[in-house]
Amino acid sequence: MADYKLIGKNYTPQDLVAKVTGRAKYAEDFRAEGMLFAKLLSSPMPHARIRSIDTSVAEAIPGVEAILTADDLPPVEAPNEAGLTNEPMYEGEPILAVAAVDEATAADAIEAIQIDFEPLPFSVDPLESLRPGGPNARLDGNTISGREITTIKWDNVDWDAIDRGEALPTDAPVTDEWELGNVEAGLDEADLVLDETLFHQSMGHQPLETRTSMAYWQNGKCHLYTSTQSTARTHGAAARGIGIAPEDLVLVSEYCGGGFGSKIAGSVQMRIPALLSQKAGKPVMMRITRQEEHAIGRARPGLQGRVKIGFRSDGRITAMDFFFVQDGGPYGRSTDFMNAVDQASLMYQPLSHRLRGISMYTNTPPRSAQRAPGGLQIVSMLAPVMQKAAKQLGLDPLEVIRINAPEGQAKMGRPQDGVQGHCSSAFVKEALDKGAEVFDWQAMRAKSGQRNGSKITGVGVALSSFNAGAAGMDGLLTIRPDGKVYIQQGIGNLGTESVFDTARGAMEALKTDWEQAEVVWGNTSKHLPWSSVQAGSMTTHAHTRANYAAGEDAVRKLREVAARALGGSPGDYDVENGWVFRRGNRSSGLSFAQAAQQAIELGGKYDGHELPEDINSMTVNSATALAGLGLMGVAKDNYQTGGRVISHCIGFAEVEVDVETGAIRLADYRVSTDCGTILNPRGLEGQLHGGGIQGFSAALGQKWIYDRRWGLQVTKRFYSNRPPTLLDVPHTDSMQWVAHNEADPFNPLGAKGIGEAAEGAGSGAVLCAIADAIGDGYFNRTPVMSDMILAKVENLPAAVGTLTAHA
Amino acid sequence: MAVIRDMMPAFDLFQPTTTDEALGLLSEHGESAWVLAGGLDTYDWFKDRVKRPTAVVDLGGVEELHEIRSLPEGLAIGAMAKLTEVVRHPEVKQSYQLLSDAAALVASPQIRNQGTLGGNLGQDTRCWYYRDGWNCYRAGGNICYADTPTAMNREHCILGASRCVAVNPSDTAPALIALDAQFEIRNGSGTRTVSAEEFFVGPAVDIERMTVLEAGDLLTTIQLSPKWAGARFYFEKSRDRAVWDFALASVASAAVVTNGVVEDIRIAVNGVAPTPLRLRAAEDLVRGQSMNNDLAKRAGEAAVEGVRPLAHNGYKVALLRNLVTRSVRGGEA
Repeated sequence: MADYKLIGKNYTPQDLVAKVTGRAKYAEDFRAEGMLFAKLLSSPMPHARIRSIDTSVAEAIPGVEAILTADDLPPVEAPNEAGLTNEPMYEGEPILAVAAVDEATAADAIEAIQIDFEPLPFSVDPLESLRPGGPNARLDGNTISGREITTIKWDNVDWDAIDRGEALPTDAPVTDEWELGNVEAGLDEADLVLDETLFHQSMGHQPLETRTSMAYWQNGKCHLYTSTQSTARTHGAAARGIGIAPEDLVLVSEYCGGGFGSKIAGSVQMRIPALLSQKAGKPVMMRITRQEEHAIGRARPGLQGRVKIGFRSDGRITAMDFFFVQDGGPYGRSTDFMNAVDQASLMYQPLSHRLRGISMYTNTPPRSAQRAPGGLQIVSMLAPVMQKAAKQLGLDPLEVIRINAPEGQAKMGRPQDGVQGHCSSAFVKEALDKGAEVFDWQAMRAKSGQRNGSKITGVGVALSSFNAGAAGMDGLLTIRPDGKVYIQQGIGNLGTESVFDTARGAMEALKTDWEQAEVVWGNTSKHLPWSSVQAGSMTTHAHTRANYAAGEDAVRKLREVAARALGGSPGDYDVENGWVFRRGNRSSGLSFAQAAQQAIELGGKYDGHELPEDINSMTVNSATALAGLGLMGVAKDNYQTGGRVISHCIGFAEVEVDVETGAIRLADYRVSTDCGTILNPRGLEGQLHGGGIQGFSAALGQKWIYDRRWGLQVTKRFYSNRPPTLLDVPHTDSMQWVAHNEADPFNPLGAKGIGEAAEGAGSGAVLCAIADAIGDGYFNRTPVMSDMILAKVENLPAAVGTLTAHA
Repeated sequence: MAVIRDMMPAFDLFQPTTTDEALGLLSEHGESAWVLAGGLDTYDWFKDRVKRPTAVVDLGGVEELHEIRSLPEGLAIGAMAKLTEVVRHPEVKQSYQLLSDAAALVASPQIRNQGTLGGNLGQDTRCWYYRDGWNCYRAGGNICYADTPTAMNREHCILGASRCVAVNPSDTAPALIALDAQFEIRNGSGTRTVSAEEFFVGPAVDIERMTVLEAGDLLTTIQLSPKWAGARFYFEKSRDRAVWDFALASVASAAVVTNGVVEDIRIAVNGVAPTPLRLRAAEDLVRGQSMNNDLAKRAGEAAVEGVRPLAHNGYKVALLRNLVTRSVRGGEA
């Protein structure tokens, strides 16, 4: 373990005081002179065509200033969405927006609009759309193959078996498939084959902050204040959405109250206040309400699936055969069902595997990546199957995870040109062993099945792996004559603190106190470098690399500047604690303030007037604007890569199930991780347990319910769609965590991301624990709620079929 | 007219400081008046623009309605007493723990700090079709959307349906029925008292309201009689989340047990019917008997006689049976 100055140590991030005192300004907190407020008119139907809109009465209401319809928007190509539409494809889809002097007036104006809908066929269940004669969610088809929207029906399958929820026909037509190894042979040679029909629900992202935006125009530039996960990557997307060049857009997003993948590059609706403002000639604030957020705020695709897994008697998996039907919402193309198999191929290292799958359009809210897209679903679906196999084989479930676990640069994923890739590092067995020891898995296991009155204890363990990094971004910093190090960050401030954690990579390279750093973020007028999206758990790995590269570049330049000023060669100098000094003679050196002044006088590459050729044009523009302010560290991350960066979590859960009421109480949850070198222990704990809690949500209650007759959702409120509350989380004692803390070989600081793998560990472990508590409690369906438990205990027929969506 | 949600429309707000002043306003505005207590039910309706009264009478400033008074004939709780105040009141805790237990399980700490006892009793049903503005029987239409072949009715009723299958969501209601509380109702022409059991109205009586309260009426006081003070109480609420969740089913019982014999008992449940239900058959079965597990079990079985579960709520039969069994037994198995 390297001896780091900052890495692995707790600290107070720069934004913390603002957040806890309410001083932080989120999109909704901004004001501009003469600002109007916008409200949305949304579709009351799952699919319709607008025959006519009469806004005359609305426009005559005093205070109504402008109306924006789909016809005012730059066109988009199917299957993408525009933000406003004349053919709404889900309940709650925005049709037009009204700007008025206040929200009450705008809402009254919307009620005064006469709008004539022609109802169109709709589908809220992917399987219904595959049924011959079944409705398509879109007029141009029900699925997408490659880039082509098309229609696929399952003509020659046993629909009775599907309706009974027994099994999906694995030979039915699909759009995507691959096979690695010989799955049929793998299943043939197995000692145990489990053939399971499975369902995972769709889930709204439900961030605490809704996707509000405010915009105004000044001197030809649009200023957009919005809620987004990223900054550099949102800038271009927002400019395209508004229909202007990126240099004509100033994007401000210093704080974001959560996104979970739903605001990666902002939202499609952020163009609405910008274009309304242009039309009205005044600033426009569009606050998105909770109910609107529930409709437009994105969702995780649900999966209906069938999985056959072959096990040897020692638990080793010989083959995994996946068949998935994905609920893709009405727009775009989600790839969760393929990501799911990529991750399964890594976590369980099957000797062979195959996927056959299809994503169906449905008239339900649009889908996007949600924390571990595909990763959560596959762990929730398969962890209980792994446990079931362990029981049938007479093995400890932990041993079945262990014997299949990836090691080192383990192979993973779908074949590219026939060849399977690999991950950069996997210390899963080490993390598993550490968790089992620290949490005393054998003592936990001893509690399995213990009965206390009507309550039965169950324990579960689950492995969850997911993407944890990218590479090739840019780092940019300036050491200025005030002695401070200004680190420019183009990633966003999503709330994970990685915008600060990764800036510490630059200060680590400079071996200088964090107090000397100034992090610049969240405003594109502040000259930010090209960065990864603030998503996919990428930033920790990607921007420790990029910032370390910028830090190393600054170190090189500091040495050169010192050698020029004080004599000797650059190699004679060291950098530490805000000084560059001659090795062995600390009295001969320059402070960062002095070195910055020297760099400005030297000009050229030292102060940013000459730039590396391989950096992104966005970084070139930003560096050019900062040139002359001090000594510039600027570099593209060219460090070696070693495969897909993946982090791993192993969740351990204990539940208590009351067989008289069906109540499930999560008594304890513990998690062990391999996420490379720990950057920020407190931040890591927040991610491990925050992700775990989101996993509890998937396992225990959060879901949509639709009335299929009408295609409308009946669970639009938090009290009816039930994300978990504080009291649903084990809180008598703190939830424990441990980390293996071994460096990823392909990061100069050893760091990998962690946000996503944490979620599946929570969900998978809890689902296994429930199944363990009630013996044969494999529902093959999420979430598991008290009604399902009671129905099982009482031998009642299940009220909802295994494969039924949104029920 | 296009539909918009989540944006409260304008209304005239009246803030009386005495009960008489409030009653005067209610008389004056008649059917167009709306009584505002803690606002937890009200503001949902207003924000969704589904219920749109023009005159809102806010009782927040009527001090006398907030009081909890100890009287020789028992405890008088003002309808505007906050649920948190009810939970923590020493006499409630000492003599009527059943009410304290029930009120403590309402929604969340924040909602209990704002919500009132009267509001909890008078609140409307949470049927998701009705709340979302579907034009059902209860909303003046001619269909129950929760009782069709495709309806989603996991949280609806198994007993007492009459066209409408919505349930009463109050946690304090069954506790107050078990305690045989009396509710004082005032209007412009006088005061009347009804028992907790009589306060609630099912769809067979009036499908568009949940209680006997009519335009101009105000629930002012909940009176607890010493008869049940210090009895053996049991309250349990079954829900999906540990906080901020309406009951899938709840049970409240008050029993006088001497030497193992149940001298008297009152049992009430909620979340299973359009009104909170007093379970007289189960009470009769238990009263005068020696307490034992078999008796408790038989009481549970009696509770579910005549149930008619819907497509998605068959589990509530077992839940109701088990909760009633527990309430008689005094706990889990």
